[in-house]
Amino acid sequence: MKREAIIENIKVRSGKGLIEFTNKSKNRIYFTINKAILTQTVKYLFNDVKARFSTASGVDIRKAVEILYHFSIDEIGLIVTLRVIMDKPDLEIDSLTPIMKCAEWIEMEMHEMLGVNFKGHPNLKHLLLKDDWPDGNYPLRRD
Amino acid sequence: MMSLRLKALTKSIWVYHMSTGSCNNCDIEILDLLTPRFDVERFGITLVGSIRHADAILVTGSLNLKTVPRVKAIYEQAPKPCVVIAIGACASGQGIFKNGPNCPNPVDSVLPVNVYIPGCPPKPEAMIAGIVKLIKELTGKK
Amino acid sequence: MARKIIPIGPYHPLQEEPEFFKLHVDGETVVDMDIELGYNHRLIEKIAESKSFDQVTFLVERICGICSTSHPFAYVNAIDDLLGVQVPERALYIRTIIGELERVHSHLLWLGLAGHFLGYNTVWMWAWRYREPVLDIFERIAGNRQNYAMMKPGGVRRDMFEEDFPWIKKTLKDLIPKFDMFKGAVMDDPVIHARTEGVGVLTKEDVHDYCAVGPTARASGVGIDVRKDDPYAAYDKVEWKVITQEGGDVYSKAVVRILELYESLNIIIQCLDKMPKGPIDINIKDMLSGEGIGRHEAPRGEVFHYIMSDGGNSPARHKVRAPSFMNIASNKKAVIGGTISDAAIILAAVDPCYCCTERMAVVDYKTGKKLMDGQDLIRLSQAKTEKLRKR
Repeated sequence: MKREAIIENIKVRSGKGLIEFTNKSKNRIYFTINKAILTQTVKYLFNDVKARFSTASGVDIRKAVEILYHFSIDEIGLIVTLRVIMDKPDLEIDSLTPIMKCAEWIEMEMHEMLGVNFKGHPNLKHLLLKDDWPDGNYPLRRD
Repeated sequence: MMSLRLKALTKSIWVYHMSTGSCNNCDIEILDLLTPRFDVERFGITLVGSIRHADAILVTGSLNLKTVPRVKAIYEQAPKPCVVIAIGACASGQGIFKNGPNCPNPVDSVLPVNVYIPGCPPKPEAMIAGIVKLIKELTGKK
Repeated sequence: MARKIIPIGPYHPLQEEPEFFKLHVDGETVVDMDIELGYNHRLIEKIAESKSFDQVTFLVERICGICSTSHPFAYVNAIDDLLGVQVPERALYIRTIIGELERVHSHLLWLGLAGHFLGYNTVWMWAWRYREPVLDIFERIAGNRQNYAMMKPGGVRRDMFEEDFPWIKKTLKDLIPKFDMFKGAVMDDPVIHARTEGVGVLTKEDVHDYCAVGPTARASGVGIDVRKDDPYAAYDKVEWKVITQEGGDVYSKAVVRILELYESLNIIIQCLDKMPKGPIDINIKDMLSGEGIGRHEAPRGEVFHYIMSDGGNSPARHKVRAPSFMNIASNKKAVIGGTISDAAIILAAVDPCYCCTERMAVVDYKTGKKLMDGQDLIRLSQAKTEKLRKR
């Protein structure tokens, strides 16, 4: 599928959920979307376009927490990044693990590093930190 | 006349390799020692799979919080006397992870380290030199 | 028969990230598996926020010692993407050479350890012996056998000397007959066929579900390779091809890696021939705010780095994703349904850590009594090979 067609499809499907679109370079595009339409956009990318889920980065930007979901469309070498912004302290978002198994670990990691709660995740526990790590102490948080 | 115990410790050293959150560089250099170019097996040095067979523990890595209890448990199971050799910058002095929140303890705060072999990673020749110095120290030979 | 649990790990001495696998077995068959991580976690992403952009290159180098140029490579790609700078051509060629040399040494390392687990210790010793000349080349170029410290945002840190090129080429060409030997040993040996064919199969659908990368994906017929798909450095300036196999089993993974050795040598020699003269870096004065994504095809698959900068001296956020993070999860699919004696080689096939197997112990679920340890497990695997060999 062509780059332009993917951009157009995501724009149309998102409707009002699309907040911003950044065309950074030939192979890097960023969409900022509302968290309500995250699941349907990911379903489109993962199931219809057959994109590969690369990873997700959680970033604390002081007033809010951003999650960037990076998808790689290997046939055309394109990276599509979906950015979701969650205002503190309401850090809750739908889990993507029911759609794609590969999201399980990265969501566990973001849960323990940033304290984001993933609704519908089957196994939300510590992945990397020691088992008796104090609750509420999130290493990558900035407050 | 060397005591039997000392002789048993310094001849044919069987080593147990323990990575405590390392980047594997030291670990593959340790394995490299066993392969044809360096071949320390000709001195009777070999890697063993169980701590209960070991004369020496080779510690690598920056000792993260999750491994601390495991490291203590393994050291307790070692037959004594047992020498501890810290290999690499991380095990010797925490290296680049010095201010890392997940690895606040130096290796020598948990284990009684006998020899430090610094380097990132130390060359196989440096590791052999370290072991030779250790044997000289233990037997009192100059 | 009652279910038993076999813990593999957590003490793993040799390979990347120590993992803790719990195999749930019913008799000989593995019915379920849990994976626990974190024994190697050093919060590097947090430390990166306290280092300057130049220092982070050395920090990410120490994520993994075996692919110790993959992370810096992806990191400098991310910085170059963030700034939108054009790196001098000579630096691109040098980066490519370092990246490919690393693939050669890493694949040889894997081949040796895979041989060890199948009970061919000779393969281990040979593979590691022929890995040494590659490390000698690194020592000549960078001054160190591992941790080469060649990458730098906007270029490379050290130049390569033309007078070394003939020696490097000769050393590499001398390796080709050795690779032929390994190829013959794997492809023509009926015992290796019997031990690895149809074992630990990962289908194309599984690759998409688990988002596996690198040789693990390519062995299942999914031809993804960042070097081809999203070319960087000098990969689009030389001739080479992506190796794929259709089987998805351990055998295909071994074949992919062996054939990639030839491609890597091919790329290095072309780079040495084509390398232009000129500067090796550009001076980056100001850091812009923004974000960048860098990728590199490491020996194990795609390394992914995401950098967010606020214009300050250090990254505001640095996300690192290593290929094994995706590939190890796919073990869950590959191991289930196999036998315990195949588990060692299946877990090894994605090139994560094998030597957890040395700390592997079979524990009776009810009494917690130790029945077998890691040595026994390797012995079991080696005994199976021995049995096949005599047949």
